[in-house]
Amino acid sequence: MMKKLLIGLFALSVNVLPAMAAGPSVPLMEAGNDISDQPSLQRGAKLFMNYCLGCHQMQYQRYERTFRDIGIPTEVGQETLIFDGSKVGGHILNAMDKDDAAKWFGAAVPDLTNVARVRGSDWIYTYLKSFYKDESRPFGVNNSVFPLVGMPHVLQELQGVPTAITEEVTVNGKTVTKIVGTETDGTGELSVDEYDQAVRDLTNFLEYVGEPTRLESEALGIKVLGFLVILFILAFMLKKEYWRDVH
Amino acid sequence: MFGKIIGWIDDRIPMTRVWNMHIAQYPAPKNFNFWYFFGSLAMLVLVNQILTGIWLTMNYVPSAEGAFASIEYIMRDVEYGWLLRYLHSTGASAFFVVVYLHMFRGMIYGSYQKPRELLWVFGMLIFLALMAEAFMGYLLPWGQMSFWGAQVIISLFGAIPVIGDDLTLWIRGDYVISGATLNRFFALHVIALPLVIVILVFLHIVALHEVGSNNPDGIDNKRKKGTVPEEDKPKFKFHEYYTDKKDIIDAIPFHPYYTVKDIVGVVGFLILFCWVVFFMPAMGGFFLEAPNFEAANPLKTPEHIFPVWYFTPFYAILRAIPDKLMGVAAMGASIVVLALLPWIDRGSVRSVRYRCGFHKWNIAGFVVTFVLLGWVGATPQTDFKTLVSQICTVTYFMFFVLLFVYSKNEKTKPLPERLTK
Amino acid sequence: MSNAPVDNGRRRFLTIATSVVGGVGAAGAAVPFIASWNPSERAKSAGAPVEVDISKLEPGQLIRVEWRGKPVWVISRTPKMLEQLKGHEDQLRDPQSQEPQQLESSTNDYRSIRPEIFVAVGICTHLGCSPSFLQGGFGELVEGTDDGFFCPCHGSRFDMAGRVFQSVPAPLNLEIPPYTFLDETTILVGEEGVA
Repeated sequence: MMKKLLIGLFALSVNVLPAMAAGPSVPLMEAGNDISDQPSLQRGAKLFMNYCLGCHQMQYQRYERTFRDIGIPTEVGQETLIFDGSKVGGHILNAMDKDDAAKWFGAAVPDLTNVARVRGSDWIYTYLKSFYKDESRPFGVNNSVFPLVGMPHVLQELQGVPTAITEEVTVNGKTVTKIVGTETDGTGELSVDEYDQAVRDLTNFLEYVGEPTRLESEALGIKVLGFLVILFILAFMLKKEYWRDVH
Repeated sequence: MFGKIIGWIDDRIPMTRVWNMHIAQYPAPKNFNFWYFFGSLAMLVLVNQILTGIWLTMNYVPSAEGAFASIEYIMRDVEYGWLLRYLHSTGASAFFVVVYLHMFRGMIYGSYQKPRELLWVFGMLIFLALMAEAFMGYLLPWGQMSFWGAQVIISLFGAIPVIGDDLTLWIRGDYVISGATLNRFFALHVIALPLVIVILVFLHIVALHEVGSNNPDGIDNKRKKGTVPEEDKPKFKFHEYYTDKKDIIDAIPFHPYYTVKDIVGVVGFLILFCWVVFFMPAMGGFFLEAPNFEAANPLKTPEHIFPVWYFTPFYAILRAIPDKLMGVAAMGASIVVLALLPWIDRGSVRSVRYRCGFHKWNIAGFVVTFVLLGWVGATPQTDFKTLVSQICTVTYFMFFVLLFVYSKNEKTKPLPERLTK
Repeated sequence: MSNAPVDNGRRRFLTIATSVVGGVGAAGAAVPFIASWNPSERAKSAGAPVEVDISKLEPGQLIRVEWRGKPVWVISRTPKMLEQLKGHEDQLRDPQSQEPQQLESSTNDYRSIRPEIFVAVGICTHLGCSPSFLQGGFGELVEGTDDGFFCPCHGSRFDMAGRVFQSVPAPLNLEIPPYTFLDETTILVGEEGVA
């Protein structure tokens, strides 16, 4: 045990921790999403419920407040976005067994409530656009942002089958093949632009869920700051007035 | 009627006397500048931390199973829970901002020098308690950084010869950081350490009011009884406790002059503070680190582990030394040496305004060192940064060595007779 | 120190203005602390309206459902029970249900939307115990009324419409929660007027 800790500390002290599989080895694309865009959030929510929720939960987020925040009437949300008969006040959960998931995908399926706060929106956006065909992988796909990813490309029916665009680059005198992008075979339901927008919507929704109070916070913050500025002016004048005794 | 009630109370506890002695008729030097805001601001932040902390405990669940979920519960399900939590998390960082500036003020104006040594030592004890408080508080959200940060810091104690391993085991109460560790940290964070901090703050203020406040000129504004001509005495009434012993010059009563001034400081501070709370509570990962939004996982270390920014200068000193025991010792020494400042500085002139030019450069170098160490400690290490941290570790301690040497026979500027504006 | 005269009016005005605005700020700062004591989303979700299936409810049967942590009774009253609601009005505190212990839809002789289905919060209005349903055994306490409710804690009595008898500690009739008939055999307890 101690030995492990010592090694850990040593590793820290020289910081040679191996980059995790998800290390951002490729430059991230800008998501360009906007959490005040409610139609986009609604489309994102629909994508999430249809394509992600089968495996990924949002165990800390409730349906009802989500519908309220993104402008979906409760009854509509209940009918169109809750597939498992959950109560509208309940959390966004699925019925997948944790141990089964670990067996199928080789790792526990991460909860996505906070994924945007952990990874950032740009990472999610880039990740969802970086799947490419790789027959050597169990699900036939790999990902250039998250190499050896254990997740199938669930949006393939929307995007079509993506293949990697590679480029020969010289690194330290050696020529290596680098993935610089992907292109679809066009068999998906969406055009390239439409797919980008869909991914942006989904990213947007995940960013909203990461911090559902963001917009409320900023709206309140403006008022608080405005109030404080007024108080500051008054306090400053009061100080000036009293200090005439001193100066 | 009102006077009667006051009289009734005053017969039983010294309310009016304390108010007059310590606030309304407390002689404060009239030339306090910007740097003198940070004492009252530290009090403000302390109150904020206590209030929001109490409210957070109302919904927080101190168990390895429930802690992370209860934070999300506070952030999502409790009305204004997000605001209470952000006030507390931002407050933690603000506390250190304010305290570091407060300490820096003490350094540049020589506020630690005789007769304020004990005042300075109490301050350093508050700083230590605050670091312990912040460290233990950071474990409570039970995120990845909470877990692994605590793992690293606790294993520092393992560097102590002979008892190290047993000590770390004892602190954790388990073979790894676990619910047992979380529960004891919770108890210390919410009651034991706040109590210690409040008592130390009280002592800090008692000591301050006994010796009187220093000022940017670093000269005494209390003179030997009978040496100040009547026309030079301030027109204000001060408490006999002070005027009986000494003649006071260039002073003003704390209330109303510094109360109204501190209100300006408080509101100014709140504008910056609320701006962070409402618009950027994570402060780009400096106040709330991204990996901490993921629940603690004892089987997976985050890619990079950094302490929160306020520990990074000391953490960089730890990392600079390629030996565990020596690294820990150096880090400890870097804090202890600060507490010894009253005895390291052998000069008699307090304020940087009247000290030798080299002293100014020495302080400037110390600031640069501290900031560089903070930056190195907060970013992934490279060979270059290791070198920087090693150089800075040397210059950090060199500040004190040099001060010790040149302060003995320092060539200082003449001190003014009266406080300057 | 200048010798300029102190402008007391200005000083007083600024002191008051700053105090008032500062006081407003302090009150505003108290809002999140106070509001955080309201029921959270979790509590609200747990307290959401409850659907009750009454298709299998036999005449004379009482079923209990939990709504907001409280027992809610749903009883199918027999014609005899309904008949016996009359005749003891003079022994009741509030026979006409004047006190606001029920919504408009239940302010009638039966204290219910449909006469035969009685819905009530099963908590005594005295000190919060849950009364027992004395089916057929209530006649010993009140003559001519075979069925009713008896609180074991302090002996309060209620008839089959939850109306409290005089000379018992409970001050008010049993509370009728808001409820709605979603269809012939389903009741939604906790919300009124939704279809």
